[in-house]
Amino acid sequence: MSTFLLLTITGLGLGAMYFLVASGLSLIYGLMGVLNFAHGVFITVTAYALWFTESKLGGVPVLPRFLIAAVVGLIVAVVFAALTELVLIRPLYGRHIEQVLVTVGLALSVTALVTAIWGSDARVVVAPTWVGETTTIFGAHIPNDRWLEIGTAVVVLFGLEAFLRRTRYGLIVRAGVENRAMVTALGIDVRKSFTLVFMIGGLAAGIAAVLYTLYSTTIDPQQGTSLVIFAFIVVVIGGLGSIRGTAWAAVIVGLVQQYANYYASSGLGDLSVVLLLGIVLIVQPGGLSRRFA
Amino acid sequence: MKRVAVPVAIVVALALVPRFAIDVPYVFGGGLNTPGTLQLLALCLMFGGLALSYDLLFGFTGLLSFGHALYFAVGVYVAAIAMTRWHWSFWQAVLFTALVGFLLAVVLGAVSLRVSGIAFAMVTLAFAQAGSILVLKNPNGWTGGEEGFGVDYHQLPAWAVGIFNTKNLYWLALGYAAAVFAIVRWAVNSSPGHVWQAIRENELRVQVLGLKPYTYKLMSFVLASLLATAGGIIYLLLLGGANTEVTTASFTLTLLLMVVLGGTGSRWGAMIGGILYTYADHRLGDLSSSHAVSTLPSVFRTPLQQPLFILGVLFILVVFFVPGGLTRIGQVGVRLDRILRKPAVQEEIT
Repeated sequence: MSTFLLLTITGLGLGAMYFLVASGLSLIYGLMGVLNFAHGVFITVTAYALWFTESKLGGVPVLPRFLIAAVVGLIVAVVFAALTELVLIRPLYGRHIEQVLVTVGLALSVTALVTAIWGSDARVVVAPTWVGETTTIFGAHIPNDRWLEIGTAVVVLFGLEAFLRRTRYGLIVRAGVENRAMVTALGIDVRKSFTLVFMIGGLAAGIAAVLYTLYSTTIDPQQGTSLVIFAFIVVVIGGLGSIRGTAWAAVIVGLVQQYANYYASSGLGDLSVVLLLGIVLIVQPGGLSRRFA
Repeated sequence: MKRVAVPVAIVVALALVPRFAIDVPYVFGGGLNTPGTLQLLALCLMFGGLALSYDLLFGFTGLLSFGHALYFAVGVYVAAIAMTRWHWSFWQAVLFTALVGFLLAVVLGAVSLRVSGIAFAMVTLAFAQAGSILVLKNPNGWTGGEEGFGVDYHQLPAWAVGIFNTKNLYWLALGYAAAVFAIVRWAVNSSPGHVWQAIRENELRVQVLGLKPYTYKLMSFVLASLLATAGGIIYLLLLGGANTEVTTASFTLTLLLMVVLGGTGSRWGAMIGGILYTYADHRLGDLSSSHAVSTLPSVFRTPLQQPLFILGVLFILVVFFVPGGLTRIGQVGVRLDRILRKPAVQEEIT
């Protein structure tokens, strides 16, 4: 029972990170029709900014040092995402394939640049001690970072929902996802919200990157890409452009991965997630959001 | 007549390359007929053919796949495992590999083509990732995990083993590139080929005409995958072993880079893109360790050590300024003009 509980909480924690990455991808795709391959680079850039800031603040105690580094990482993520949209995506409006290609080029070249500067070996990030300790619940020793991941993702989920349902900008974004041509016809410049959506996506990916460094305590140039591939799977299972569908899919994928890794054989979790994707595509090609939203 | 004569003349000229001992300074590390140069040229030709097989999907049918590496990796790994772990003979291994590649392409193609556009890209990526994970997991010790493994050269035909026989491998790679070129040309000009291009232009219209795009897309997918599997076998012979690099998502992305750099939807474009990319990837690596670069300040030197950085940036520039790829470079002026003039509202109505 305690093992099952540990697996469930860990699966939820993993799902939380998938949700943070996938929600941005899903929103960007829903509104702009752009598959943002550079989303993994947002993660990489955040992680390296965090690590770099930490290494420069030698004398500061661990907790404030990590918090400062995390904030710097998040700022870098948002600025980087905004610049990506303004410089690379904006001049290619309406040409979806070219936009995807540009994000692919960005993903490859930034990963190569990070590898060239800091090497391909993993770097260690010093996390606050509380995060590495465990809390005992019903006999299960649960690492504390799991609670942080789940809590943050829930806050982001409600924040995003509130933004989309209660604010004027959220209204424009939602309407744009439904029917962009109609919103434009009503005299609203949808393109202004594109940068905003990219910044939100960058912030969510940045938060995921901070949490992932807590989870694994190391960073390397390829990490972002591997996290984003699972986020792609989550987005397809959840249904493109739906936040709630993405949240459900992230939870399911995280749990399936953990259970299969423990109860079947290690490494099988990743494969069963792909199998799950195949089943969803055969049964319901539009993704889960048809059911849940 | 001319349309056949030009490719044939080029193939004949390339086939004669190992006969010339000319030294080409700066372009190659050694003489034209040295094993090192022939090996590089063979890799270039093989990637030219592979890039064209990818262009069959992307450029001619309009299917953006992020999983083409999977079918190439099948060619590399299944053939290597059959020969090294099961001690099958070369031709048995080749037949078996082709069968596996075919069946896998039919099954996975049938599933992933249930969605289209970007979702298709993501799904093919997921399947390829599954293949990559499987190889890393090293089931039964077959795939050698992260390190890969060398093929058992006793099972290879005698003409493909040894440095002296590099010229045979060069001819083999040339034959592969020429065969892919001929097959793609034949397929694209056949009646399903016309439907592929119609799907690329407007899938809905094809459906309205009473044709099933699904079946045609699957045909294109299976043919492109089979050509990639064949390329994988050539790669295995050229390198003498299997490595995990060919299973990764980045590998498919480099194919995309090759095709877009050269020019999508054009046989010569994709092939030249593949050849130039492979050449640049290898020679830039040598260049970064050369004396001229090592004396540069580190701000310039560090990015130069990663060919992928330079090629990635070049790729972005090509997408922006040369939309038809390098083989259509004449249109650069037109495009620059369009970018510099602020575009009017050209939002597409879908």
